[in-house]
Amino acid sequence: MASKLTTSNRAGWAFALPGFGLIAMFIVVPFFFAFFLSLTNQRLISPNPTEFIGLSNYKNLLSISVLTIDPETDADGQVLIGDDGQPSYPAVRSFTRNNPDFPQYNGMREWFRWQSGDQAKVVVAKDVVFWKSLRNTLMFVLVVAPLQGAIALGLALLVNQKLRGMNIYRAIYFMPVVVSIVVVSLLFRFIYDGDDGLLNNILSALSFGLFEGRDWLGSESSALGAIMGMSIWQAVGFHMVIWLSGLQTISPTLYEASSIEGASKWQTFRYVTWPGLRNTAVLVLIVITMQAFALFAQIDVMTNGGPLDSTTTVVFQAVERGYGKQDISGGATISVILFLLVLTISLIQRYLTREK
Amino acid sequence: MKLTTTLAGALAASTCLAGMASAQTDVTMWYHGAGNDVEANILNTLIEDFNGSQGDYRVVVESFPQESYNDSVVAAALAGNLPDIIDVDGPVMPNWAWAGYMQPLTIDPSKFDAFLPGTKGMWDGKLYSIGLWDAAVSLYARQSTLDTLGLRTPTLDAPWSKVEFMGALEAAKTSGTCEYAFDVGMAWTGEWYPYAFSPFLQSFGGDIVDRSTYKTAEGALNGDAAQEFGAWWQSLFTEGYTPGTSQDPADRDTGFIDGKYCFSWNGNWAAVATLDAGVDDVVFLPSPDFGNGSVIGAGSWQFGVSASSDNAEGANAFIEFATQDKYLAAFSDGIGLIPATPTAAALTTNYAEGGPLNVYFGLSEGQALVRPVSPAYVVQAKVFEKALADIANGADVADTLDAAVDEINADIEKNSGYGH
Repeated sequence: MASKLTTSNRAGWAFALPGFGLIAMFIVVPFFFAFFLSLTNQRLISPNPTEFIGLSNYKNLLSISVLTIDPETDADGQVLIGDDGQPSYPAVRSFTRNNPDFPQYNGMREWFRWQSGDQAKVVVAKDVVFWKSLRNTLMFVLVVAPLQGAIALGLALLVNQKLRGMNIYRAIYFMPVVVSIVVVSLLFRFIYDGDDGLLNNILSALSFGLFEGRDWLGSESSALGAIMGMSIWQAVGFHMVIWLSGLQTISPTLYEASSIEGASKWQTFRYVTWPGLRNTAVLVLIVITMQAFALFAQIDVMTNGGPLDSTTTVVFQAVERGYGKQDISGGATISVILFLLVLTISLIQRYLTREK
Repeated sequence: MKLTTTLAGALAASTCLAGMASAQTDVTMWYHGAGNDVEANILNTLIEDFNGSQGDYRVVVESFPQESYNDSVVAAALAGNLPDIIDVDGPVMPNWAWAGYMQPLTIDPSKFDAFLPGTKGMWDGKLYSIGLWDAAVSLYARQSTLDTLGLRTPTLDAPWSKVEFMGALEAAKTSGTCEYAFDVGMAWTGEWYPYAFSPFLQSFGGDIVDRSTYKTAEGALNGDAAQEFGAWWQSLFTEGYTPGTSQDPADRDTGFIDGKYCFSWNGNWAAVATLDAGVDDVVFLPSPDFGNGSVIGAGSWQFGVSASSDNAEGANAFIEFATQDKYLAAFSDGIGLIPATPTAAALTTNYAEGGPLNVYFGLSEGQALVRPVSPAYVVQAKVFEKALADIANGADVADTLDAAVDEINADIEKNSGYGH
C-alpha cells in the first residue's frame, strides 16, 4: 500500500498537488510563521526592530495562581462581618498592585473566587480576559457540538421520509446556512433586543404578558446562551444535509429485513440506522467541534465580547489583539495555543471513535 | 480578419488615450467615504477642478467604506502599496507617522493659521495632515423639554454644572416623558467611545494618558478624578438614565427624534437629519462642566501624504488646493460637517452667523480638545472603550481603571515609549 502510494502513482500525486499546495501555503506555513512570531515582540506596524523575547508572550497569557486572602479583623482579632453577613475581605488589588510583599501576584487580576472556611481563595491571572475567552469557547463547544449534531440528525430523519414536497422542507431547513452569518447576527441583534425585540414580544404574547422582557445580549447570564441558540439555528441545516447523505447510503434492504423481523421504530433506529451512520457521526462531530472553536463573526457583530467578557472567545481575542491592538505577537500566541487545543481535542475524538 | 482590425484599432485608440494622459503624472489618493454619493460628488468636483487647474498632476481617487478603511491602509502599508495621498482619521495619524507611513506636509503652516485647532494633525512638531472640516458633539435636547421640566438653558459661557445636569436627568426620568433620560450612544462601538466619552473624563480632571510625558496612564486614568468619573459613568446605567451596551443601533439613530430619549449626546453630523425629521425646537447644548471646564472631542478625517510617495509635490499641491474656503464650504453644505475656517463658515448655510448649526462652530472653537496625540492612541482607544463598556455593565470601577492603566502602560513599555 505504502509503496504503491510513493511509487508509480504520479497521476495521484498530480491530482493531490493543488490541494496540498494550498494547504501548505495557507495553513502549514502560516502556522510555523505564527509559532515564530509568538516568540518575538512583532508589532503590526512599528519602526522598532523585532526582537526575540522567548516565551514571555506565553507567560503573560497563561500565568495563573491562587491567592488566599484572610478576612479583615478588628483590633482584637475578631473577623469583621460586612453588611451582607459575610466576612469582609481586603480588595484583591491591594495584593496585586504595587505590593512589594507579593511580587508573584504583581499585575494579576481576579478571575473568580470561592470560600474556604473564613478564607477566600481567589484565582488570579495575568490575563483574565484570555482565560475567560478560553472558558467561553469551551462552553460553546460543549453545548453546541452535541446539541447541533442531535438536532441536525432529528431534522435529517424528518426530511428523509418519502412525502410529497419534501424538497421544500429540505430547502427551508437549509436556508439559514446560505445566509451570511454576519447578516444573521445583525438580524438576531434586533430579535434579541431588550426593549422591543421580536423574541421578547413573542414570549410575552405566549405567556399572556407574564413574561417580562429581558435584555438577552445585555446581561451576562444570557448573552452566550443567546449566541449559542442563534449559531445552532444558523448552521444546523448544513449538518442536516451531511446526516441526510449518510442516511441515504443505508441500504433499504436492511430496513425491509428489520420490518419483516418485526422491529419497532426505535429498534430500527438503534440497530439499523445508527450503526450505518457511524462514519457520518464522526465527521459531523469533528466538523462541528472545529467550527465551534472558530467562533468569531457572531461575537464581533453582536456583543464585541461583552457584557463583562461573558461572550469573548479565543479567536475574537486573537483578532482583537493582533489587528485591533496591533500586537501581532500576542495574537499569534493565542493562535498557537488554540491550534494545540483543537489538535488535542481532535486526536482525542479520533481515538474515542476509532474502529474497534 | 475583421476582429484583428477592430483589435488593432482599439489598441491604437488606447495608446492614444494613454499618451494623452501621460502629459500629467498620476497622483493616487484613497478616501474613506465609499457609499456616500453626496460626499463622492463633492470630492470628484474638487478633483476635476484640481486636474483642470494645472498640467502637471492628475489625481485619481479610490474610495473605501469607512469601516474597513484603516485596515486597508495598514494592509497596503505592509505590502508597500500605499497611494500618494492618504485620508487619515486625526487621532490615528501619529500612529501612521510614527510607523513611517507618512511624511510631513511641505505646505507653509502659516496658511492654516485660521484653521480650527482640531483640523491640524501635528506629530513630532511637524504638520502631517490637515482637515477640511472638524466634527463636534453636543447635548441634543428639545426646548419644549427644557421648558416643561423648568430647566435653565445652558450656554457656552455658563454650561450646566454636574449637579444641574444630574438634576435635569432626574427630572426627565421622573417626568416619564421618555423611555430613557439620556442617550450617550452605547450602540456606536469603536472610535465613538473615546471620541465622545473621554471628554467627560477630561472634564472631571482625568485623561486617557498623562499628556505631560505620554509614557504612563497612572494617575490620569485611575486617579481620584478618574475614579469619580467612573462612579458617575456607572451611575448613569445603574440609575436607569441611559440605555446600556446592548442598545439597538436603530434606536440610537432615531431614538431622540422619536422622543424615546429626552437628551442625546450626539455629533453635529446628526443635526441636519434631526432638523429634517421635524424636530423644530431642537437645541444643541454645550457639554456639562464636571469641575474642570466643558470639554468636547475634536479631530476628524484629514489629508496627508504617504512616506513612499514619488509624487509628494503633486500630493501637497492637491492638499493645498483642496483647503480653499469654497471646498471647505462645499463639504460642509453637503455632509453637514463643521468647516475648518471662519471665512468658510460664513459661506455655508448651516454654520454662517445665525445659521441653525452656528453653535457648533463656537463649541469647536471654545471647548475642543484633541484625543491624546500619540502613536499609542490606537491601543489606548481600544482599552478605554472596553473599560467604559465594562463599567457600564457593572464592573468594579477601581479594578477596571487599574487594569486599563496596566494594559496601556504595558503597551507603551513594549513599544519603547512610542518615540515620545
